[in-house]
Amino acid sequence: MVKRTAPTEFIVERDEDKCIQCQVCCRMCSNDAHVFEEDLNEVITEHKKCVGCHFCETLCPTGALEVKRSTSETRANANWTKKALTDITKQAETGGILLTGMGCDRPYPIYWDHMLINASQVTNPSIDPLREPMELKTYIGKKPDRIEIVTHLENGKIDPSKVELKTKLSTMLKIETPIMFSAMSYGSISYNACTSLARAAQQSGTLYNTGEGGLHKDLYKYAGNTIVQVASGRFGVHKQYLEAGVAIEIKIGQGAKPGIGGHLPGEKVSEDVSQTRMIPVGSDAISPAPHHDIYSIEDLRQLIYALKEATRYKKPIGVKISAVHNVAPIASGVVRAGADYVVIDGLRGGTGAAPTVIRDNVGIPIELALAVVDARLREEGVRNHASIIAAGGFRNSGDVLKAIALGADAVYIGTSALIAMGCHVCQKCYTGKCNWGIATQDPYLTKRLNPEIGAQRLSNLIRAWSREIKEMLGGMGINSIDSLRGNREQLRAIGLSDTDMKLLGLKPAGEAW
Amino acid sequence: MKKIVIREEYCIGCRLCEIHCLVQHSKSKEIIKAYKGEYPKPMSRVRVEQLHHLSFAMQCRHCEDAPCLEACLSGAMHRDKKTGAVLCDEDKCVGCWMCIMVCPFGVIERNTEGKKIASKCDLCTGQEKPVCVKNCPNEAIVYEE
Repeated sequence: MVKRTAPTEFIVERDEDKCIQCQVCCRMCSNDAHVFEEDLNEVITEHKKCVGCHFCETLCPTGALEVKRSTSETRANANWTKKALTDITKQAETGGILLTGMGCDRPYPIYWDHMLINASQVTNPSIDPLREPMELKTYIGKKPDRIEIVTHLENGKIDPSKVELKTKLSTMLKIETPIMFSAMSYGSISYNACTSLARAAQQSGTLYNTGEGGLHKDLYKYAGNTIVQVASGRFGVHKQYLEAGVAIEIKIGQGAKPGIGGHLPGEKVSEDVSQTRMIPVGSDAISPAPHHDIYSIEDLRQLIYALKEATRYKKPIGVKISAVHNVAPIASGVVRAGADYVVIDGLRGGTGAAPTVIRDNVGIPIELALAVVDARLREEGVRNHASIIAAGGFRNSGDVLKAIALGADAVYIGTSALIAMGCHVCQKCYTGKCNWGIATQDPYLTKRLNPEIGAQRLSNLIRAWSREIKEMLGGMGINSIDSLRGNREQLRAIGLSDTDMKLLGLKPAGEAW
Repeated sequence: MKKIVIREEYCIGCRLCEIHCLVQHSKSKEIIKAYKGEYPKPMSRVRVEQLHHLSFAMQCRHCEDAPCLEACLSGAMHRDKKTGAVLCDEDKCVGCWMCIMVCPFGVIERNTEGKKIASKCDLCTGQEKPVCVKNCPNEAIVYEE
């Protein structure tokens, strides 16, 4: 037979009238899609190699390039789509598991787009956040069941200057806005990308997360804005590391690939990555699927308390789980195991590399997971024992606001942060050839991300979203994000089934209080 | 004086600086015309030096003790009193290329397309900042005091 190869995905259209043969595209494409042919004295594009990252299009000084999806079609077939055929062809060629990057791209319902936010009219005044105070400050961690205060009487009256808090509060994380940068390890992303995140977190008064790649020695100066992660591979975990961050996060699962571990290929383990991860240069960094010392909630409790002991109970310990079918009872167990915060990572959460079939088929959307976890913890009276951080596909401030109204204390953004740094979601992170200098360790590519620009763009994004959240809160007549948290009355569902609405705890649009 | 500072750690080797420099020093100052319809062919006064992944954009450093000023026979090479930039008066230049011989950075180029002259960075006279700096996509060259 004639061997079939996977079809071309993108066509780079070159406007020959505009092209000046400057060869910027040739110099910049890490996939060698553009090549200057000396004999012909012109640039030739090999469309098959294009991954659709739009780097050449962005840099082309005359705007001569346009990256388009290939329109080559097989016969229309609802079952045997072009993607299905392509995937089978690739596997017939290689016999391997198909890999991909970023979050699930299948058209599952996006529940955020079926929720509408409330606003004040006549009976309650809205607030102008530009003229009146508006609080987004958020505290992550265990909140007390009740607060006791000690008062001192003076002439039979309480002296207001001498009121003291008797209840001992546990350590909480204070962030200026309920948006944090989610775990992305050094190794999966470049040093410059990590630096951008760290600097932006510091500039915006929020936190970033090391992922399981350890903390590069240069980044210890951002410790006050760092959450350090302890995952199943335990890469880069040592005493100084645990003490460096403001909190420690135990990673059990990741939304993009629930139930499976991670694999950083040896090619990405450079000298610096090796030092940070504490593994030999060029060796594969394999994170096992489970933590081999955690097979139950009781085991998890042991690790939580081991970490608390190790850091003398000064740091909140969080646990990150992916949103799976049984997420509510699991989260309840995690909270009872002593976690100070629980991260729920939904179906659309991103990754640097995952088997496509897992990314696209395993897990449940964050909207449902978040709603059921919040409801379950409330029912059981343990909601205040831990904060909930939602993650997985937050695209804008509207999504963030809706998540908070559904019960999240804060959200983690990963993909949005990468997009702010230039990412075009081409899903080729696993190849290590990221043209934008983000998901790569290639010295030719990593310097394409200037951390000064990266940090500025990330800070801008946080600032923009925070301002929008303030505007929406003001519209609802609420002057503090705390008053919105878990306030599902501020949301209404549109176009959802009764079951969906029951799970989300929402009334349909049109129904009054 | 304000100078172009190189930050080689961020130079991605795209050479957009060269392209925009060429356009700035063309007659039309329009990119497509400059490349496709001008003779003599305009020249870029900045050049990206590259060895493996190390690259940087190099243009005249406008030295305080510029040897080209002393080497110039015709008096074409001069220092602008206002800005302190070292400029070449192309009308006076006779193309002897002594400046090229003495330049410690090798940033003066021979322009033989029209009248034989020395071609070098003029910090984009009249512009707020040089076009190479303005168009560097990664801020690998900055214009500062």
